[in-house]
Amino acid sequence: MSNSNINMVEPPEGVVGEGFFATKLNDVVGLARANSLWPLPFATSCCGIEFMATMASHYDLARFGSERVSFSPRQADMLMVMGTISKKMAPILRQVYEQMAEPRWVIAVGACASSGGIFDTYSVLQGIDKVIPVDVYVPGCPPRPEQIVDGVMKLQEIVKNESVRRRNSPEYQELLASYNIK
Amino acid sequence: MALDTTQIQDKLTETFGSAVFQYQQEKDIFSFEVNADKITAVILFLKNDETTRFNFLTDLCAIHYPENEADRQFAVVYHLHNWYENIRIKIKVYINGETPEIKTVSSIFLSANWMERETYDFYGINFIGHPQLKRILNMDEMVSFPMRKEFPMEDGGRTDKDDRFFGRTIDNC
Repeated sequence: MSNSNINMVEPPEGVVGEGFFATKLNDVVGLARANSLWPLPFATSCCGIEFMATMASHYDLARFGSERVSFSPRQADMLMVMGTISKKMAPILRQVYEQMAEPRWVIAVGACASSGGIFDTYSVLQGIDKVIPVDVYVPGCPPRPEQIVDGVMKLQEIVKNESVRRRNSPEYQELLASYNIK
Repeated sequence: MALDTTQIQDKLTETFGSAVFQYQQEKDIFSFEVNADKITAVILFLKNDETTRFNFLTDLCAIHYPENEADRQFAVVYHLHNWYENIRIKIKVYINGETPEIKTVSSIFLSANWMERETYDFYGINFIGHPQLKRILNMDEMVSFPMRKEFPMEDGGRTDKDDRFFGRTIDNC
């Protein structure tokens, strides 16, 4: 392994001794989750094209542990919504989100997914946060792959620092209830 | 024997009299108006007649004229195309704004099925006799007809849009 250039993730803070390493469960779980976020792309337009570039060899989102793009909501951790979501599409997006297992995170990529973008009109949903909770917003129209990667890294920070109990907390239940999601 | 616009006009006056009127050349397309109750008969005639042979319905849509009198609030526009001689015509039918309804032409041209559904979707015009008149593009829960002029251009649900940044308020405060 001497001339290998494989990068390893830094271990969390803890106590090291001979033959043991003690740290907080929160940190270990966060570390594991953050470095194996399986994305579920929900691409409807040009931001989806940028996402293809993000996944391809040049930018390579797989470097961040997002090796496997899951096209099944049940095996995905990170819903990436890229592109204009029309009001007719909104219930489908919501259903996809509901099918995802906890813990689940959402990135809104691009102006349309974040706010409706230039489509301030009767048929377009004015931001996906009208129907599902969003963790990270990536600005741009469309954003460059670097920006999408940056968004994923921001999400990794959130995931690392999230308490393992967060999903059971009354605040989180309240958040879901405000979106009418069970 | 190219089909002449005067020929079309003569044929129509001969058959329908004053129910077809306002013949005019608008830019390069021959146009006329038809009374709402005669529209299916006129289109069927234009399709089946041996000289006119308008065998293709290019488009069907509507226009909202909120400034017009009550009986001419909506216009339904038909574009017909004669493939044999490559001639196009435009037919306008004005209908009432309170109860916008007109007979369907989907039995004459099957393609009118979706076009009429779209027109219903956006203008709320009731096509009598249409086999399945329901929304086609917008979501089913929608209650308004977005292409009507009274419908607001922008979505009311937008919270980040500040009028100040769009030059709509004088004071920048």
